[in-house]
Amino acid sequence: MSAHPLIMGHPTSSPEHARHALLYMWRIRKFEEAVEDLFGRGMMHGTMHLSIGQEASPTGMCMALTLQDQITSTHRGHGHCIAKGADLTRMIAELLGKEIGYCGGRGGSMHIADVETGNLGANGVVGGGIPIAAGAALASKMTKKGTVAVSFFGDGAMNEGAFHEAANLAAIWKLPLILFCENNKYGMSSSTEKAFAIDNLAERGKGYGIPAVNVDGNDVIDVYEQAEIAVKRAQAGEGPTLIIAETYRWKGHSRSDKNLYRTKEEIEEWRELDPIPKFTAKVIKSKLLSKEECGAIAQEATDAIIAAVNESVKAKPADPAGLLEAVFKKVSV
Amino acid sequence: MSDRMLTMAEAIREAMSIAFDERPEVFLLGEDVGIYGGAFGVSGDMYHRYGAERVLDTPIAELGIVGAAVGAALSGMRPIVEIQFSDFTAQAMDQIANQAAKIHFMLGGALHVPMVLRTPQGSGTGAAAQHSQNLEPWFASVPGLKVVVPSNPADAKGLLLSSIDDPNPVIFLEHKLLYKIPGREPVPEGSERIPLGVSKVVREGKDLTIVATGIMVNKAWEVCEKLSTEGISITLIDPRTISPLDMQPVYESVDKTGRLLVVQEGPAQAGFINEVIAQMAGSASFGSLIAPIMRLAGMNIPIPYAPQLEKAAVPQIEDIEIAAREIVKNWR
Repeated sequence: MSAHPLIMGHPTSSPEHARHALLYMWRIRKFEEAVEDLFGRGMMHGTMHLSIGQEASPTGMCMALTLQDQITSTHRGHGHCIAKGADLTRMIAELLGKEIGYCGGRGGSMHIADVETGNLGANGVVGGGIPIAAGAALASKMTKKGTVAVSFFGDGAMNEGAFHEAANLAAIWKLPLILFCENNKYGMSSSTEKAFAIDNLAERGKGYGIPAVNVDGNDVIDVYEQAEIAVKRAQAGEGPTLIIAETYRWKGHSRSDKNLYRTKEEIEEWRELDPIPKFTAKVIKSKLLSKEECGAIAQEATDAIIAAVNESVKAKPADPAGLLEAVFKKVSV
Repeated sequence: MSDRMLTMAEAIREAMSIAFDERPEVFLLGEDVGIYGGAFGVSGDMYHRYGAERVLDTPIAELGIVGAAVGAALSGMRPIVEIQFSDFTAQAMDQIANQAAKIHFMLGGALHVPMVLRTPQGSGTGAAAQHSQNLEPWFASVPGLKVVVPSNPADAKGLLLSSIDDPNPVIFLEHKLLYKIPGREPVPEGSERIPLGVSKVVREGKDLTIVATGIMVNKAWEVCEKLSTEGISITLIDPRTISPLDMQPVYESVDKTGRLLVVQEGPAQAGFINEVIAQMAGSASFGSLIAPIMRLAGMNIPIPYAPQLEKAAVPQIEDIEIAAREIVKNWR
């Protein structure tokens, strides 16, 4: 199962684009459901951070990026990996601790990186990827590569010093960086109301001299349109943009979460705003895709995940033998 | 054979300049490294020679600076980061210990971080507890970091060139009292490297082995000179790279001398030098010892301000001399 070829451009600019957006949102959804299922059946180790409900944000953002553009991701990063074109089998295999996994079983869910798709890695430290993305953008600027870097992070990361320092560096150096905040309303149990003294997180941009915009994070079209503007700004040498994508995580923070900090009603309200049916209805109405085609796309995603799980389950478990040699990259003489 | 006597600051600047000339992807970033020339003058005129695009002045933001270096290193560059005082690496520790150190291993080997973090450390400047620490154990205890502690200009040059070549993150700890003094040996012209992970036998003797790091190598050298006039001959070993650590010359020397004294400036408690003792204790050469291993290290206190207090906090030449004489006289 090699990575699906990425398609760039507006999600409703052609049937192919609509298909891509829908397929990738389904791939993320089905991947997360499979992970939850494998955990439930005791086949997966460690913990998991699911992004169900947030699929439109990474999908819309990544449709504005080339394969060479770089991203950094978060502990809740499966969606970013998939949207940037990662191979599903190598992802599942990593979560199952297999040799063929992206990290050879050494990293797991929170550390998947994929050089071929410009993914500099998920990160177990909140905000950890933001300065790294700024550095990638700095390298792009220094070498005149023309690529942009996107740092995905959650609302929680915006209260980390790493966000502040990286945002300021990116602003003063006019780096081709996009600060993409998925505001899913909670940093573990802390609501944005508790953790911020401002209502709109986009207000933070002004303090750094960074243009900031709010988008409907559950609308892949809205996300894409603002992402495209930010990419163009970055490419034109005008510096970073802060995008606040308003979205919601349906599932708990991790597997230990009992949802004590929010109500069932709130979760239900957001489930009504599911990004996938919203986009499906739109593309059927505008006759980009038929109802049957949309159904087939969902099935295609399901089949791809099942194939990835089946292949991964059979794969060879990661071998402790090479651990010591894996710490450093060998010095070439 | 060259007979150039450079200071360590000059030698480090020369190494950086050679690397700048060899590889376009090498650049320097840090607080005041540009027009100011670095807080300790190490980058000097590099800003004027290489321009603001390769000698980047940054805001005071250690976490952001190191993170940007990590990201640039992941994207094909070879950044040299200067952190103005090693004490301030605490601000950047997530990027050093959680990101740079772990990326190659944790992310499956597909990415690596060819970054050098240079930073001055050590006491003796009257700058007190937040500007004077020796933090070797912070870094040496993190798998994934290489840690270099040069004791003289010639080594600093060759080791820094190897550090910049290295595809892994290297922490390069420079003692600030060494910056302005010339070494005992001339600094060779040219771009010869000194490999990381090779201890240096500074001088050879038959009565005692001293393992010392950084500025303590210089202090121990003075003691070796003085005691040689009393008929005590000492082998002095400078590990130079404390991670990875090359113990072989230490074993070989102890097999001959039977006595071991280890010296570091940092506090004794959980200090780097204890690793030397632990490895010796587990080695076949342990049986060659005829005396208990003696350790000299800083007191387990923050570095104090007043000159007499500061001096009392870390081993001085006299302390090393007393210890060396004692161990040789008392154990025969």
